[in-house]
Amino acid sequence: MISRVRSVAAFVWDFVVGDDWRTAVGVAAALGVTAIVAEAGGVAWWIMPVAAVGLLAASLWRAAG
Amino acid sequence: MSGADVGLALSVLAACAVEAVEALTIVLAVGSTRSWRSALSGAGAALLVLAVVTAALGPAVTALPLGVLRVVVGGLLLVFGLQWLRKAILRASGLKALHDEAAAFEAEQAAARGATGVPAEGLDAYSFTVAFKGVLLEGLEVVFIVLTFGANQHNIPLAAAAAAVAVLGVGLAGVAAHAPLARVPENTLKFGVGVMLTSFGIFWGGEGAGAHWPGGDAALLAIVPATLVCALGMVRALRRGGTGRTAVRA
Repeated sequence: MISRVRSVAAFVWDFVVGDDWRTAVGVAAALGVTAIVAEAGGVAWWIMPVAAVGLLAASLWRAAG
Repeated sequence: MSGADVGLALSVLAACAVEAVEALTIVLAVGSTRSWRSALSGAGAALLVLAVVTAALGPAVTALPLGVLRVVVGGLLLVFGLQWLRKAILRASGLKALHDEAAAFEAEQAAARGATGVPAEGLDAYSFTVAFKGVLLEGLEVVFIVLTFGANQHNIPLAAAAAAVAVLGVGLAGVAAHAPLARVPENTLKFGVGVMLTSFGIFWGGEGAGAHWPGGDAALLAIVPATLVCALGMVRALRRGGTGRTAVRA
């Protein structure tokens, strides 16, 4: 039973997070920063595009060695 | 139909076509090598499970408040899109082998031949299981894309219809060709889907977190091409710096 739960959890992790967990953490952080800046009344729309490009570039950099 | 609806339909259509081509290869390989009846039964059972999952999760997802839906789904879509785009860029730059449907078909056939013998009567467990797992795993990505795109755009029926058209089209093409659809430009389609998933993830994630896009929904008309240009720029940069690098497994 425990091994089944583990394999389901591993599948969900692999399905959602994939090869690079740092990208998933980065996306969560970018959403948090966007929410904080927007809540404070600042201009927040640029944060997600900049974060996406940065996270993709960093992930590719790591993969390409 | 709005521009966002067109984007939704095209993204779902392309994503589903790619996944359907991969699932078709598996079903064709085990069906032609071992048992058509068992492979088709496995594929049918998986489609049934996917339909149940969609019917169960669809109302639950659409019941979420829009702000929560957009930040959660936008974030997931962005993580998912960045994964697709990363693989597509590595493939386009030559750092990862292109997905080859003919090679996948041969490998699947070789594995099917090497498995235990086909029973004289009744279902062949190997063919059923391989086809079931193949269709289910490829199909789960389709369900995810249909639900996230459809729910955010308040148009799950359009997303589901685009998915059905793609699956039906690929299925009919497979029946007609009776071979893996190696000519489908899978790698290019995956690149395009990665760009769309990433763009919609940026848009919905940002909006859900409270950002206000200049121009509202029209901002997508800038985000999609900008994402495409950035991705192509990364392909170019990796190709230029790729000399002496070894292929990656990521």
